[in-house]
Amino acid sequence: MTNVSMTVNGKSVNREVPDTTLLSDFLREHLRLTGTHVGCDTSQCGACVVHVNGRAVKSCTALAVALDGAEITTIEGLAKGGEMHPMQAAFNKHHGLQCGFCTPGMIMAGIDMVNRYAAEGRDVTPAAIRHELEGNICRCTGYHNIVNAIEDAAGQMNAMSKAAE
Amino acid sequence: MSDGIGARVARKEDKRFLTGKGKYTDDIRVENQAYAAFVRSPVAHARITGIDASAALEMEGVIAVHTGPEMKADGIGDIITGWAITSKDGNPMQCGVWNPMVTTYARYMGDAIAIVVAETQDIARRAAEAVVLDYEELPATVFADKALQPGAPQVHENVPGNLIFNWEIGDEAKTETAMAGAHHVTTLNITNNRLSPNAMEPRSAVAIYDEAEDHYTLYTTSQNPHVARLVLSAFYQVAPEHKLRVIAPDVGGGFGSKIYIYPEEITCLWASMKTGRSVKWTSDRSEAFMTDAHGRDHVTTARMGFDKDGKIVGFHVDTIANIGAYVSLFATATPTYLYGTLWSGTYDIPAIYGTVRAVHTNTVPVDAYRGAGRPEATYMIERMMETAAREMGMDPAELRRKNFITEFPYQTQVLLNYDSGDYHTLLDMAQKHAKVDSFAERKAEAASRGKLRGIGYSTFVEACGLAPSAAAGSLGAGVGLWESAEVRVNPVGTVEVLTGCHSHGQGHETTFAQLVSDRFGLPIDNVSIVHGDTDKTQFGMGTYGSRSGPVGMSAVMKALDKVEEKAKKIAAHVLEASEDDIVIEGGEAKVAGTDKKMGWHEVGLAAYTAHNLPEGMEPGLKETSFYDPQNFSFPSGALICEVEVDPDTGVTEIVQFTAVDDFGTVINPMIVEGQVHGGVTQGIGQAMLEQVVYDEDGQLITGSYMDYTMPRAADVPAFTLDHGCTPSPLNPLGVKGCGEAGAIGAPPAVINAITDAIGSNDLQMPATPLAVWTALQAVKAPMAAE
Repeated sequence: MTNVSMTVNGKSVNREVPDTTLLSDFLREHLRLTGTHVGCDTSQCGACVVHVNGRAVKSCTALAVALDGAEITTIEGLAKGGEMHPMQAAFNKHHGLQCGFCTPGMIMAGIDMVNRYAAEGRDVTPAAIRHELEGNICRCTGYHNIVNAIEDAAGQMNAMSKAAE
Repeated sequence: MSDGIGARVARKEDKRFLTGKGKYTDDIRVENQAYAAFVRSPVAHARITGIDASAALEMEGVIAVHTGPEMKADGIGDIITGWAITSKDGNPMQCGVWNPMVTTYARYMGDAIAIVVAETQDIARRAAEAVVLDYEELPATVFADKALQPGAPQVHENVPGNLIFNWEIGDEAKTETAMAGAHHVTTLNITNNRLSPNAMEPRSAVAIYDEAEDHYTLYTTSQNPHVARLVLSAFYQVAPEHKLRVIAPDVGGGFGSKIYIYPEEITCLWASMKTGRSVKWTSDRSEAFMTDAHGRDHVTTARMGFDKDGKIVGFHVDTIANIGAYVSLFATATPTYLYGTLWSGTYDIPAIYGTVRAVHTNTVPVDAYRGAGRPEATYMIERMMETAAREMGMDPAELRRKNFITEFPYQTQVLLNYDSGDYHTLLDMAQKHAKVDSFAERKAEAASRGKLRGIGYSTFVEACGLAPSAAAGSLGAGVGLWESAEVRVNPVGTVEVLTGCHSHGQGHETTFAQLVSDRFGLPIDNVSIVHGDTDKTQFGMGTYGSRSGPVGMSAVMKALDKVEEKAKKIAAHVLEASEDDIVIEGGEAKVAGTDKKMGWHEVGLAAYTAHNLPEGMEPGLKETSFYDPQNFSFPSGALICEVEVDPDTGVTEIVQFTAVDDFGTVINPMIVEGQVHGGVTQGIGQAMLEQVVYDEDGQLITGSYMDYTMPRAADVPAFTLDHGCTPSPLNPLGVKGCGEAGAIGAPPAVINAITDAIGSNDLQMPATPLAVWTALQAVKAPMAAE
């Protein structure tokens, strides 16, 4: 057992956990943040993607004890003051989700993608989105509306950061 | 009303999923929670001679280990199948016995042998690995076509030759006569590849036994919680129905795989009683590949005869269907009444005959998976049409047109009576969207880049809206397939709709609310949909077979009719007008032609205060209905796929995909399009990527996402969709169902396109780069030799 401290969705948390605890289990079972989902056991499906220090990480690939001091954002931490993040709103507008199980991972991966492309000065094109979603599997939507949602949200997120500058 | 029928309303239910607040079964943790893991057969076929759980029981945190014989001794019943098929010789089908946990013989890799209950999931899984099995491995039968060969290992003693049934449909003599007189006969040998449904949420169960009340609660990943409760109660004797509550909360996709009541749910309920603990089990993906019911797995030889003008004269089919080790709930209906009855496709075929031999193998049970029988039928017919057109030197679209059914209702030679359709218009629309006229230019341009470009068609009809109960019963169904609804108008005028359908991605919380909105002119935010809990809703049959629209919504419409009638009586009484003059619209009850009116909420309040109701009227405003369809509904469509093949590698890209569907009335186009996107993608997955592989010993080779190729975003294109509309005349809304269409229509369009591109018909699904490259080499070799 090891003592782990993290900042999760802006709040400090501290738990004593077995060394083998995956970040996904830490979030789901120890913090009861069940929005992060586990859809496979080989780090392929991407339903468990969260942000670790601002970057998208499959939380089933990381051990909680290795992330002492890290800043984590999960799907539960995106909406601010009851208002959804533009990526969340775009998924609703474009019907980018059906059963909702892969959705948290898609949204966290989508936000990371938009941020990275903006930092590199690249456009988030439909082809780029499809390529970037290599690590996220959806069985319901056929990706069509997910691609539309991410493209739309990218425009909004980029416009918002321009406005903030 | 902007929220009504036909509106592209964004989904009401999205917020909880988008913010991580969805409540799936594995998210539930209850008091006294313990966790289960299963000890499973490591081989495909074995006689279990000993189970030594002593090491597991000594581990700290292990609560209990229980086995199949204990379960049997406690009177837990065998797993049933829901549809009895009669063989062509008149004999009833022969099925092997399926114990929820193995009593003597394990019959597939993953067959449950013991349950371990422990304080944590981790301990349960480690303890399951510490249970020592003694077993004698037996030879296994794995493949459909080998199961019937003389000397094939027997899966069950009571099923000689592994033959469950040999079913026939159609007129054999008439068909053979027609075929004998045919000008041209096309013969095809087709494999319909075995698939794993792969809903993204793995199956899960939380079983809670309350000793004081002698009552059970089961949270589970189910498409049909009432059916689960009925079966768990009536057949497995877990608990009487009134002592068992089944809740299917948010469910992360189903595609058929969550219809069935699996050994794990039964065993967790029983184990919760044995241990006095709440028992939770969640499958991991590897376990899902091993134990979730698979789909498809047919081997077929089909012959179609044509006259000299290309008119079909006869169709003959011979199929072997792999049912797996045990006969799952709908496993026998899928390759018979959901398959053979669709052999006429969209075509006027005067003579059809075929047989389906269903076989046991040492593989996980095969059952209905998105489309269930109809994809297999459509693939065979549409591959046949394309191949025949090529053989006869005809345009594949023209051959289809020559044979399309044009008058409805149409009685096929294989039981079904199609309600409505307009196949010519759908094909016209698809050809226009797909710019078929300029295909030759695109092909030439692709050739200039060294790519082989091909185009492929698929026109399909399917049977949805399961199902008229009496007809289903006469064909062997063990249940009726009606649906129920209850519409409750609250005293403040808000509305709750309770449905027996279950939403696991379909968006019922929005579309069902749209029906109410449309009827009374209420905002959909004033309507809530209740489903998935046997304590809350009346008995209902659940969601599968694209039935929630044609059957589930019809039940809601019927209940709305009754509510409207009573509301009008109340309003007429209060407003002192004639009932016939009351119009309900825009959230108000009005007296036509006057300015007299009352708000919908005032109607609700009047119903519940009951101070001023018509004489003899009961208070309240709540109505229930049970709707039994008169017939199936028959969605249809035309799909056109265009591909480019790299001849050096066999890598194939879908460069254009058009789907034009006729679903009758569409309630929410955005949601319906989403269903088509997903269905087509699963169809593309079947055609190009997906394949469950067992080796000859019955070891599962494709046991994870590392081995089983799921369609990913870059594997599929953006889709071009459109809709034709011939409303079903047989249900109140005219809806036909849209959930499975894409998965039914897409595979042959893809394979027809690839075979067009490479100039070879010798290609089975999945058309992996290796398969395409290999087929190309066979075409090239004789060309090189010439």
